[in-house]
Formats: sequence, structure tokens, C-alpha cells
Amino acid sequence: MTTENLPGLPEEPVARKGMFGVKDSGDTSGYNRLVVRRPPKLFSSRPYGSYFDEVADALEPTFADAIERVVVDRGEATFHVRRERLAEVMRHLRDDAALRFELSLGVSGVHYPEETGAELHAVYHLCSITHNRRIRVEVSCPDADPHIPSTVQVYPTHDWHERETYDFFGIVFDGHPALTRIEMPDDWEGHPQRKDYPLGGIPVEYRGAEVPAPDRRRSYS
Amino acid sequence: MSTTETATETQGRIYDVAGQDWDELVKTVSESSDERLVVNMGPQHPSTHGVLRLVLTLDGETVTDARTVIGYLHTGIEKNMEFRTWTQGVTFVTRMDYLAPIFNETAYCMGVEKLLGITDRIPDRAQAIRVLTMELTRISSHLVAIATFGLELGATTPMLFGFREREMVLDIMEYITGLRMNMAYVRPGGVSVDLPAGAVDKIGEFLKVMPDRIKEMRKLLDANPVYTRRTKDVAYLDLTGCMALGVTGPMLRAAGLPWDLRKSQPYCGYETYEFEVPTQNTCDVYGRYLVRMDEMEESLKIIEQVLDRLSGPLKTGPVMIEDKKIGWPSQLALGPDGLGNSPDHIAHIMGSSMEALIHHFKLVTEGFRVPAGQAYASVESPRGELGAHVVSDGGTRPYRVHFRDPSFTNLQAVPATCEGGMVADVIAAVASIDPVMGGVDR
Repeated sequence: MTTENLPGLPEEPVARKGMFGVKDSGDTSGYNRLVVRRPPKLFSSRPYGSYFDEVADALEPTFADAIERVVVDRGEATFHVRRERLAEVMRHLRDDAALRFELSLGVSGVHYPEETGAELHAVYHLCSITHNRRIRVEVSCPDADPHIPSTVQVYPTHDWHERETYDFFGIVFDGHPALTRIEMPDDWEGHPQRKDYPLGGIPVEYRGAEVPAPDRRRSYS
Repeated sequence: MSTTETATETQGRIYDVAGQDWDELVKTVSESSDERLVVNMGPQHPSTHGVLRLVLTLDGETVTDARTVIGYLHTGIEKNMEFRTWTQGVTFVTRMDYLAPIFNETAYCMGVEKLLGITDRIPDRAQAIRVLTMELTRISSHLVAIATFGLELGATTPMLFGFREREMVLDIMEYITGLRMNMAYVRPGGVSVDLPAGAVDKIGEFLKVMPDRIKEMRKLLDANPVYTRRTKDVAYLDLTGCMALGVTGPMLRAAGLPWDLRKSQPYCGYETYEFEVPTQNTCDVYGRYLVRMDEMEESLKIIEQVLDRLSGPLKTGPVMIEDKKIGWPSQLALGPDGLGNSPDHIAHIMGSSMEALIHHFKLVTEGFRVPAGQAYASVESPRGELGAHVVSDGGTRPYRVHFRDPSFTNLQAVPATCEGGMVADVIAAVASIDPVMGGVDR
């Protein structure tokens, strides 16, 4: 088979090959080159719309170098912040008169194993009661060096939320007063919400047929 | 091990209390020179609302340190959801905060709908039914809060009254959804089934009875000297403390801030209903009780308005989004066997349309795809802001779902409200937070 007339494979990381959940080789088309590309990293440029421009205006003079990118998607703004500057940015977000994000709704971790160098993300949802606004702050750290500065000093409510994110993802929040597991037992091994941690489960027999464990069932994603 | 036998370990003497002769125990403890006593309350103490463990350091009757230990009810709901379709996720989230399941479902579905970009296309009737079920659930949840509250402070009648009234709400929920709790009723795109015939009348009867029942409860507790002494000026947490600790809900409103997402950031059409946000400025347990009582009365007002719409302008109409790529293909109806079924739909897919059969099969087994991205949706649950952080990678399963449960965050206020107080007030303080461990541990 000649390959001259075939298009080259895309350079971006490939989300999945084949169809119907086939993870390794061939797809059912017989063409063997079906790939689904991973969506590109989102990036928004000015104007962001809504009140997001005002928030960015109040942040940028001091923290232009701390903000990696801004994503405005589905009516929500996400500020991706460099982890070294996180504590300062959060303090500014809380105290600046034009920002006043007094209420934090906690930390949520997300694990993206395919994002080399930024596998682990911590996502903070902030709410300003003064201005009735919401934004999201996102920080990433590599799996090899899973450290993010703690923000308990700025938002004391992050105490348990950071413990939870550490428990489930293994992100170490430097400067946390007592970073211990919170949901899992103290002697638990591994961090259950990571993508490389299996769900577990056993096959169940039902009316003569065997239903596999949930993580062994056919996946269409 | 009997009470008289004590072990000495690094942290001091350990007294094992296993229901033996209490006089002997008192004698042993009083003879010891320890001034500090560490008491484990829970994880199975009845007044810790499930499996919450409090580690209290006591100096006499005064609590000098209060530490909270959670995790006894962790069931991995967030992890499990990553291995099911977006629609199946509803059956998991409904089990988190089991006293207010509709709120979990609505927050999750609003997050999924935001990701799909269909928030504006949810039928009005579905939104009205969501508001109706949410407000009914708010009443039943507050009733449990106040009922257990009374019980924990030594009054049994509020408990009996509260659970009697809650039963009426659960009967209505069973009539509407088929289940008393964990009903998985709200689905991405709308609600699973339309209101059954007679539901509006049934809720109308409930509305007639309920105001008097709330008055009865108020007569029992509002000016009860024993109750007020146990609750007034107890577990003080002011607005600064609430903001720092991320406390929301009745605790925040009892500190004087009228912050209610239904008013400040309306969803599901709450901006079209008339109601007040009750507040108190006492920052104590009694204030939180009053806020909850007032909120039940406001919920009744909202339910009345929803019923007017459901029997008037929104009497008919779809309860699931029209988009056939998202909406569940069949509409269930009660069959002669007492189970839900949809004979018309079955006749259609089995008898007349091969394409409809394929479509049904794909949507039910594979599920719909949700465009990649992340969204945060929040609702005002009976305990505060319940937020759902929903992440999709473009597949048919959630990539990550995280819930910001108000019980989890509010429980962090235990040391702030209990330390320096009496050990008996710990019970009142925890009760006023009204934590539900299913939501805390998820």
C-alpha cells in the first residue's frame, strides 16, 4: 500500500484512535488512520465581555506576568495563574477594592495525564459579594513536582479543601498548617481521583450473564 | 476491658467507657491528676448527625480544643461518576446530601446544561417543576434540621412534629417521582417525568395544612425558656468569621447578610417569583433556627406561585428539552402493573421506525457527548451554596465532577463556634450547622 497520497497525521496530541472505544490498533473502517484530535488549548483575547474586562484591568497592572492565559468560555472566566505567584494574586483578588472576591468556594483538583509538565490542576472558584461576580482561578503543576503554594492564609476556608485535593490528587500545598488526608484513611496508599488510579470493582453475575466491573465496561469516550 | 482497667499510653491514661458501673468510672477519673480530658464524641454518637467524630479537649466542662474528623461515609461518588454516562451521574449525586437530593441533582444538571450550552432551552414547565420540588425539599430538609435540633437539646415533641410534617412532603415526592428519597428526578435537559394527574391538588392540600403546622412548631420553640437558654448567644459566629470560613446558607443569613443565590444570582427562573430572604443579626444558634423557620414560610409562598403557574399558563408543555440528541427518548407513563413504561414509544421503535430504534439504543447505552470544557453551577441548598464543578473532555462520560458541598465547608466552623464554650453547647453548635455527612464525605 502506498502512503504518498495519504494526509500526514496531525501533530497535536491525539485524543483517541479508532472508533467505538478501541484504544490500541485498528478501527472498524479498515482505513486505520482515523484519529480524533484533542481540542486545542483555549485562549481568549480582549475584549472578554461582561465584567471580565474590569477584573482583568484590576489584575493586570501588578500581575501581568503572573497570568498565563485567560479563558472566557460559556459565560465564565478562568484566569490561569503561575503557581509561584498564586498567593499574591489571591490576596489581591480578595483585598483590592475593584475586585473584592471575599468568598472562596473552595479548591477542586483535576488530573490531565496527557498535559506533560502540567498534569495536575487546582481550580479555585471565587465569588465577590460586593460586586456580585464570579471568576475561576486555575493553577497547574507537573506530576514530578506536585507543589502548589497554600492559600489558607488568604482564605481560611481552603483548609479542608486543600486537604481534600491533596488526599485525592497528591498535590502538596506548601505552607498548609496540617496537610493530612481528610476523606481516606491516614495509611491509604495512592490518590484515588487521579486518572491512573483504577476504580476497582468485581464482575457481577446477573441472570446467567456476567456484568463486568464498571471500569472494564465498553467506553465510548 | 472494664472501666476500672486503664491503659497508660504516650498520650496519657485511656478510660474505656463501655456501659459499666459509672460510679467507679467517676471515682477513677476524679482520683487521677489529669486536668485535661480528651473526649471522643462519635463517630456513632446520635447527635453528631451520622458519622461525624469530634475530638474535644475538656478542661472541666469547658471545651479548649475541638477537632473534627470526617471521612467515615466517603463512598467515592465523584470517582464513580467518571465511569458512567452523564445521565447516569444523576443517580449518584442524588445520594450525596440525602436530606436534599433534588438540590444535588439540579446543581449537577445545571452544570451539564451549561457545558452543553442549552441553559436557555430548558422548557419553562420543567424549570417550574424543578423550583417546586426544590422548595418542597427545602421544607422537608429544614424540618429534619429543626426536629433533630429539638431532640438533641432534650425536647422530643419537636422531633415528632417535624418528622410528621416531613412525611407529608416525602409522600408528595413519592407521588411525583415514584421515590421518597434518592429519586434521580432532575435530568440534564429537564426532569424525568411530568407531574402525575392530581399532583397540583395534592400539593394544594399540603399548602393548606402547612402554615398551621409551622405555627405549632413555633409555639413549641420560639419562646420556650429551656430552648432559648440553650440556643441564645451560643456558638457565636459573626459575618467576618463566616466569610473567612466560607460559611453560607442559614448560618450566614443569621449573621445578618441577606446572601441567597436565589435572589443574588437567580437560576431556574427564581427571579420571577416573589419571596423575601429572611435574616437575623444575632449570629447565634437561635438566630439560625429563626432563619430556617422563616425560610420554610417563604418556601410555601414560592410553592403557591409555582402551583398557580403549573395549573395556569404552564398547564401543558414539554418537561424535557426538545433536542432529540440530548433529551431522553421516551416519556414514561404509569402502566397497569404499577411500573413506569411508555407503550407508545415502544410501539414506535419496535414497530415503525428502525432509525428511532438505533437512536434510542445509541442515546441510552452510549449517552450524549458533551463538548470539552469546564463549568461551575451552583444552587442555594438548605445548607448553603451547593456548587458543581463539571469538567468534560468531549466524551460521553464526565471527565471530572467536583461538588462544593455546603455541609463540608460549614463543618470547618466547629472549632470557631465551640472552643471556649461548654461541652453541652457543642451539641447545639453542631446541630445549628446542620451537617449531612453524606454530603460532607461524598
